[in-house]
Amino acid sequence: MNIPSSITTLLIGILLTLVSLWYGQNHGLMPVQASEEAPLIDGLFNFMMTIGTGLFLIVEGVLIYSLIKFRRRPDDDTDGPYIEGNIPLEILWTSIPAVLVLGIAVYSFEVYSNIGGLNPMDHSMAHGHQTHQTAMAMPGSAIAATLADASMADPTTNNQQVAEAATQDPATAAVRDESIPQRKDALSLGVTAPRLGSTPDKQGKLPELVVNVTGLQFAWLFTYPDTGVVAGELHVPVGQEVLLNISANDVIHAFWVPEYRVKQDAIPGKQSELRFTPSKVGEYPIVCAELCGAYHGAMKSKVIAETPADFDAWMESQKLASGDRFDRAVALNSSEKSTDEFLSPFVSSWGVNSSTVQQLQSHQLHSAHVHPFAS
Amino acid sequence: MTQVLQEEAKVPGQGAVPEKRNWRKYFSFSTDHKVIGIQYLVTSYFFYLVGGLLAEAVRTELATPEVDFVSRELYNGLFTVHATVMIFLWIVPAATGAFGNYLIPLIIGARDMAFPRLNAVAFWLIPPGGLLLMSSFLVGAPGSGWTSYPPLSLVTDQAGQAIWILSVLILGTSTILGALNFIVTILKMRSPGMTLNKMPLFCWAMLATSALILLSTPVLAGALILLGFDLIVGTAFFNPTGGGDPVVYQHMFWFYSHPAVYIMILPIFGLISEILPVHARKPIFGYRAIAYSSIAISFLGLIVWAHHMFTSGTPPWLRMFFMINTMVIAVPTGIKVFSWLATIWGGKLRLNTAMLFAMGFVSMFVIGGISGVMVSSAPFDLHVHDTYFVVAHLHYVLFGGSVFGIYAGTYHWFPKMTGRMVNETLGRIHFVLTFIGFNLAFLPMHKLGLEGMNRRIAEYDPKFTTLNLVCTIGSYILAVSVIPFLVNMGWSIFNGAKAPSNPWGGLTFEWLTTSPPPPENFEVDPVWTIGLYDYGTEEATEVIKAGPVLAMAAGAET
Repeated sequence: MNIPSSITTLLIGILLTLVSLWYGQNHGLMPVQASEEAPLIDGLFNFMMTIGTGLFLIVEGVLIYSLIKFRRRPDDDTDGPYIEGNIPLEILWTSIPAVLVLGIAVYSFEVYSNIGGLNPMDHSMAHGHQTHQTAMAMPGSAIAATLADASMADPTTNNQQVAEAATQDPATAAVRDESIPQRKDALSLGVTAPRLGSTPDKQGKLPELVVNVTGLQFAWLFTYPDTGVVAGELHVPVGQEVLLNISANDVIHAFWVPEYRVKQDAIPGKQSELRFTPSKVGEYPIVCAELCGAYHGAMKSKVIAETPADFDAWMESQKLASGDRFDRAVALNSSEKSTDEFLSPFVSSWGVNSSTVQQLQSHQLHSAHVHPFAS
Repeated sequence: MTQVLQEEAKVPGQGAVPEKRNWRKYFSFSTDHKVIGIQYLVTSYFFYLVGGLLAEAVRTELATPEVDFVSRELYNGLFTVHATVMIFLWIVPAATGAFGNYLIPLIIGARDMAFPRLNAVAFWLIPPGGLLLMSSFLVGAPGSGWTSYPPLSLVTDQAGQAIWILSVLILGTSTILGALNFIVTILKMRSPGMTLNKMPLFCWAMLATSALILLSTPVLAGALILLGFDLIVGTAFFNPTGGGDPVVYQHMFWFYSHPAVYIMILPIFGLISEILPVHARKPIFGYRAIAYSSIAISFLGLIVWAHHMFTSGTPPWLRMFFMINTMVIAVPTGIKVFSWLATIWGGKLRLNTAMLFAMGFVSMFVIGGISGVMVSSAPFDLHVHDTYFVVAHLHYVLFGGSVFGIYAGTYHWFPKMTGRMVNETLGRIHFVLTFIGFNLAFLPMHKLGLEGMNRRIAEYDPKFTTLNLVCTIGSYILAVSVIPFLVNMGWSIFNGAKAPSNPWGGLTFEWLTTSPPPPENFEVDPVWTIGLYDYGTEEATEVIKAGPVLAMAAGAET
């Protein structure tokens, strides 16, 4: 085999390494890092990008060089040299990818562990905090369980009232409506439900904020079990670890915040968890990543990361608003009004817009129609 | 080359061999493996064009962020049927069905496949399966993606979904029958003297592929039958409303559908291993490494399925298990890529269209391979799963890999199949347009996915408009690139220069018979005399110069 002289190889090797190292760090392909997990994932990506760039340049370089250097001359009808193989060379290029892959695997394992992928013990602790065990014993769907969390929070606080209000307001009532297909006898704490647990430095500590997330065609609903606040957008305080208890109401959805680099499927009949720590104030899109029907592309929401003070202020305003709602919900006979009429005053404060409600309703009809065997 | 032609003209009796052209046999139940192979090839190219039109409709919709070209429901139907057509009616039938059937008996020196009638049955399941799938557009095409995850697949477009299930079952049955035939043919019908370690690399690839098909396709059939029960009868295997588990479907589905990507790419690896040495005029580098790595990929391919489920139903330790298994596949694949590069290195490259597509295959497949290792990393996959990064990755593997490979194979064996040469100028135009269009269409998708664009959506954030427009323009160039190809094929079949038996100077058995081969393939049973990849040796030069008769005579003497 016609290996070029060692000096040239060395120089090309150095150049290749430098280019790969530079591009691996400066590709500019990722969005901003807005969670504490993001830099870890990006570090892993940059590492793989460096190796990938090197491999890409080697392969394309050899191909382009061969294309020019080894093309057949018009008057040359002879064959190339008879070379069948070269055992040391083959061992070399088997072991190099093997070592690289091992490196990537070890690094991935490390990152996975650091973003909390390997802490199954957190699970029961987090739920112990929310009296999930009680919820589990009760018959009810995943969403019912998430709402039950709220109603069964510490009775010494006034959360219960607020939580009941939340369970009675039309949007969540629609979610809990019998006609929407959901697994009635679900063990909402499915043992196989996937999760990202807490990061090693936060292991054993309770998450600072718990939010119950429900995906439904075609919206996200966020319930804050400690206060009973229900919202269509996710508000989180920066610098605090957030635990999402994710469930789905009808079909599979996937909760994804690109700027946070985390994604978790919401699976009907199962409860899954996602933990992350927002690190940057701002608004970021929440995307449903799993195909969930015709309006899949429109199933969007926002995560609003605020300073803890702003977050508390928002929470207070929501508590007041939902308190109002509760009073008015009791005062008015809601059955005299259509859901849409009833909802209209609250549309802006919830972030659940009227099209969401429309979709909710149409889905309700749809699923009632197509599920003759649902119950 | 001219010398071969002249030699051949002098051989007595040679003129009597090519039979009369009879187009009717290509539309009837023939048991000749060559007819069946060409039937597969033409049918799958037809569905390639159909799938391509569906893709263009999808890209046209995505040219703007709003939903303005088709309805959302139709959009979901378009990409679902696009994916199903491209996988089950284009790449699999073209790679295994067409090239497997056409080449394997020729390349191992047999007169036909082991079970010619079964072979014909396998082919004749394809057209009705395909037409059935198309008919779903009349009742509302299935809109839950080619993965058809329940519960979504149980609640939307149920008639279309039922049709989808039935048609995939029919197409899967066809694949299973084909695989049985390949295994028996390769193991039992090789010409005397052709041991496993001397047989062409394409046979190794098809052996590995067929094993995968037999092991995994029945599991898909099981999943689809259960899904069909849920859909039609109202059982609750996968329906959470009745206590079923939708994640179980994902396990069963991916137990087939991940190996399916190797079912699509392994035969192409085989084709490339046959094409590169012929046009580089060098022996394949590391025969055994390439052969055994096919088997390794086949085995490892069976234990990686859960990497599609990193964000859904897998416990943490399982994620790590599947992450490492998946990454390990990069090793045998890397062996192949480096062996191909070493085959090219120092050769005398004849840069005709077949070679350009073969080299284009290597260069593009590498990008898909690198992004494949990236998505196999569980923490990184938590970011990019179900995004355009994955769409880019899979198109680099399946278009840059499989489609480039099928094109290379088509150009390489066109003279053998039709007895005519292709027009190289049109071929090069086809290559250049395909290469540019392909990269323009799919390279920006990597960035789109990383930035936050999810897949399977008709509307998207306006901040992604520019890159999507580039992708759409690239897809149009890709569509245009098919025109010179079709013109070339159509024109060359009737008006191309007459092809000699061995236009490229190849050493595998199919080049020892006439172009096109007679019904029984060989006048005399060919016997293996020199290595199939012994380019650069004096014997090989003599065999090629002397033309087919010498080799056959030499074979007959032993």
